[in-house]
Amino acid sequence: MTSKGIVEGWDRAQMAQRTALDIQDGAYVNLGIGIPEMVAGFVPEGREVIYHTENGLLGMGPTPEPGQENPELINAGKKPISAISGACYFHHADSFTMIRGRHIDVCVLGAMQVSKGGDLANWSTGAPDAIPAVGGAMDLVAGVKTIYVITQHTTKKGDPKIVENCTYPLTGKGVVNRIYTNLGVIDVNPDGLMLRELAPGITLEYIKDRTDAPLNIHPDLD
Amino acid sequence: MIDKQINSVAQAVADIKDGSTIMIGGFGEAGSPIELIHALIDQGAKNLTVISNNTGSGHVGLAALIENKQVSKMICSFPKSANSTVFPELYKKGQIELELVPQGTLAERIRAGGAGIPAFYTATSVNTSLAEGKESREFDGQTFVMEHGIKADYSLVKCKAGDRYGNLIYNKTARNFGPIMCTAAETAIVQAEELLELGTIDPEQVVTPGIYVKRLIIVPNPATESQLVREDRRYP
Repeated sequence: MTSKGIVEGWDRAQMAQRTALDIQDGAYVNLGIGIPEMVAGFVPEGREVIYHTENGLLGMGPTPEPGQENPELINAGKKPISAISGACYFHHADSFTMIRGRHIDVCVLGAMQVSKGGDLANWSTGAPDAIPAVGGAMDLVAGVKTIYVITQHTTKKGDPKIVENCTYPLTGKGVVNRIYTNLGVIDVNPDGLMLRELAPGITLEYIKDRTDAPLNIHPDLD
Repeated sequence: MIDKQINSVAQAVADIKDGSTIMIGGFGEAGSPIELIHALIDQGAKNLTVISNNTGSGHVGLAALIENKQVSKMICSFPKSANSTVFPELYKKGQIELELVPQGTLAERIRAGGAGIPAFYTATSVNTSLAEGKESREFDGQTFVMEHGIKADYSLVKCKAGDRYGNLIYNKTARNFGPIMCTAAETAIVQAEELLELGTIDPEQVVTPGIYVKRLIIVPNPATESQLVREDRRYP
């Protein structure tokens, strides 16, 4: 848990696994591209969860076996998927009615930065030569009831991604409910950030040093 | 007798004029009407405004239409994706205009356009750069931004099957923008893999009612964009 290249705290799969514990039985869930996609593999047994993909499917199933892929059955990342028994297809306006009309319970997204007030930046660096592309991110954070973020605690360079104020363009203001990083679990509360859990081997001091915003500490950790 | 069927893709797009606004269905390759787009490349209309979620991949379909300099403006939510190089290169050179719209706002703008709704309010993009310069208003203490319904002269849509009335069914996640784009265009042009006799589609299962469809062209074995890209094909 120290130098560069060595996993500190939780690895990607463990972050996804920890997040999955907070997905309740019966939830309708939208998972973002990357680590969030891995959450589906870790939902505890006995819980039935229905996955929504914004390109028009409720009841997304796992990646099909090689040779079984269908170019007309893909997820939001344009990767081949399957549909579970009981799934349904719908057009884009219906799909975003589910999102914008607050029908989806949980969305798990990646982040470039999250602020202490729950602002999320995850769509653009704002660099002048970048091709801006937003997809459904702004709709998801504006409309889904609970927004979970999974992210490495710092950038590859070591810069904190949990900050006082986002410097990258916002996806939404005050939208994030909980942050899962390789170092711990942090809630976004009205009075600021609250550290709920530490990953194995991570100390309070260690996570505070790598967080660019004040952290309240949950009584269980003190 | 009502018969929406057209005999060739060339005939289906023949009257599209320079400067037209065209909605093109598809999310990535799923639902992309490649044969109709290629017919539009052959037809040659220029200075088009295209509304489509993405900007195509490789050098076929929508990417080829853009590469052929027929598109002056794209309205879309995600202009870059895997194997997408044509739009990014033209955009960086300042040779094509982009109106970036959040995906749900794009879908709702199309839906509203088709339903005769000139504008609506949404929470999406509030407090972001994409809401700058737009009118906003508070409802029940929450801020919403005004977005305009959007219409087009034509839409190009792909589906699984249709009948001569223009009733359509789709295939899996290739449905995506097709049904709403049929409603929002003056002339919806649809390519279907199969023509069905009237009554074959259970009325309970019709996805797009025929009233929205002006032209139906049967393309029995449509090309798959990712396969054309793997084969490094170019159009024309």
